[in-house]
Amino acid sequence: MIYMDHSATSPVKKEVFEVMKPYLKESYGNASTFYSLGREAKVAMENARENVAKLIGANPEEIIFTSGGTESDNIAIQGIAYKLQSKGKHIITSSIEHPAVIETCKGLENKGFKVSYLPVYKNGIIKISDLKKAIADETILITIMHANNEIGTIQPIAEIGEVAKKHDIKFHCDGVQSVGKIPVDVNKLNVDLLSVSAHKLHGPKGVGALYIKKGTKLKPILFGGGQENDLSPGTENIPGIVGLAKACEIAKLELENNFTYLTNLQEKLIDGVLDNIEESYLNGDREKRLPGNVNFRFTGIEGESIVLMLDSKGIAGSTGSACSSKKLTPSHVLKAIGLEDLDSHGSLRLTIGMENNEEEVITVIEEIKSIVETLRSMSPLWKKK
Amino acid sequence: MYTEKVMDHFTNPRNVGEIENADGEGTVGNPTCGDVMTIYIKVKDNVLEDIKFKTFGCGAAIATSSMITELAIGKTIEEALKITKNHVAEALEGLPKTKMHCSNLAADALKAAIENYKSKK
Repeated sequence: MIYMDHSATSPVKKEVFEVMKPYLKESYGNASTFYSLGREAKVAMENARENVAKLIGANPEEIIFTSGGTESDNIAIQGIAYKLQSKGKHIITSSIEHPAVIETCKGLENKGFKVSYLPVYKNGIIKISDLKKAIADETILITIMHANNEIGTIQPIAEIGEVAKKHDIKFHCDGVQSVGKIPVDVNKLNVDLLSVSAHKLHGPKGVGALYIKKGTKLKPILFGGGQENDLSPGTENIPGIVGLAKACEIAKLELENNFTYLTNLQEKLIDGVLDNIEESYLNGDREKRLPGNVNFRFTGIEGESIVLMLDSKGIAGSTGSACSSKKLTPSHVLKAIGLEDLDSHGSLRLTIGMENNEEEVITVIEEIKSIVETLRSMSPLWKKK
Repeated sequence: MYTEKVMDHFTNPRNVGEIENADGEGTVGNPTCGDVMTIYIKVKDNVLEDIKFKTFGCGAAIATSSMITELAIGKTIEEALKITKNHVAEALEGLPKTKMHCSNLAADALKAAIENYKSKK
């Protein structure tokens, strides 16, 4: 199988799995207990906190562990909103956020908050001038993702952070797709809160982290035994946390090398498809893009059928087509970059990872070419000139 | 998510293509929901002698198109008009709930082609 869906999830690295194992078996203690088994877990967790912090240039005490990206986004956004609602009830976000952010914002709209969704234009990137215009006296929070999960576009986070700082507005960034793939330094990016997910960077599923800049106060949205500064209560997922930390440690060491490797394969895949298939297009900005992410569209054919056919050839990819979504609406991201409904149905996302190689990229290009031909020959919307 | 039967008809669709000088042609669907299908029919002595289709859409859209050609070829016009969405879905051993309405358009497309044939007579 050729797996090219790393933005959906990535395989757990062998080294990561190895460090997790003892915490599932021998060292299974509850980190909140005081006997040696529990203390062992606690020590492992605090070491893990250091490794996660290092990857993003934070201090360990600024990191809390969560159950993943979605929980991190919820704790951050709702936490700020409810903490600061006496100051104002306005939030600014972008129109291409992950559902974990968009749906949280919509939930807050139902609670009387006002949310501005910044446009992203054809290249999939917001404009700082739009952000400045959207800021009002009541604005308490800006939440904008670092890299988009569908089209991989990278937002000008440092500049957004500067604007937020100047206006004394809290800034949360969903870093789920970017952390471990491109340099992320919370101080350089001027963020107050940053969400991290383990399984996107070769860690296990069900664990993530939230960076909370020192002095940033959040109102808890989950209630329980007080773990993680009262913000993410529940018995700590030590195997997951240890796995996340190992994944972060490896990502930090390999970041530069991986960036070059993935960018090279990405370029080959983009050129190979665009040069060999007529009326094929790349969605989103070509330069300001996550390494390894490609998102194509092909006139006259539909995305789910492309993905199904790729699967039958042993290639795993994904689509933003409505037909594959549970809601049957076209991807909000492709809509936001101005694609007509028909075009947004023809999208194919491939996200390359470190296990992929050039040979696989060549195979994928050939298979896509033949699949596109097959589907076009069946399509009433593709008229050969 | 799809039954084996759906995958079979998706991977090896029956009767894909166009019929030149078709006796009837019907197109249904809409680009917003992501499915458009055209069905061509050839009629002889009130019997559907040949049916072909072209479909833009997901796996379910293609499989239902393929299936309806199998169900309807050799049937009289009256028999063919009795084929419903549910018949197509049953013949495919079921469709995911979300696909029942959006992508299960083949029966409508066949009806449209037959109407077109009748209007020409």
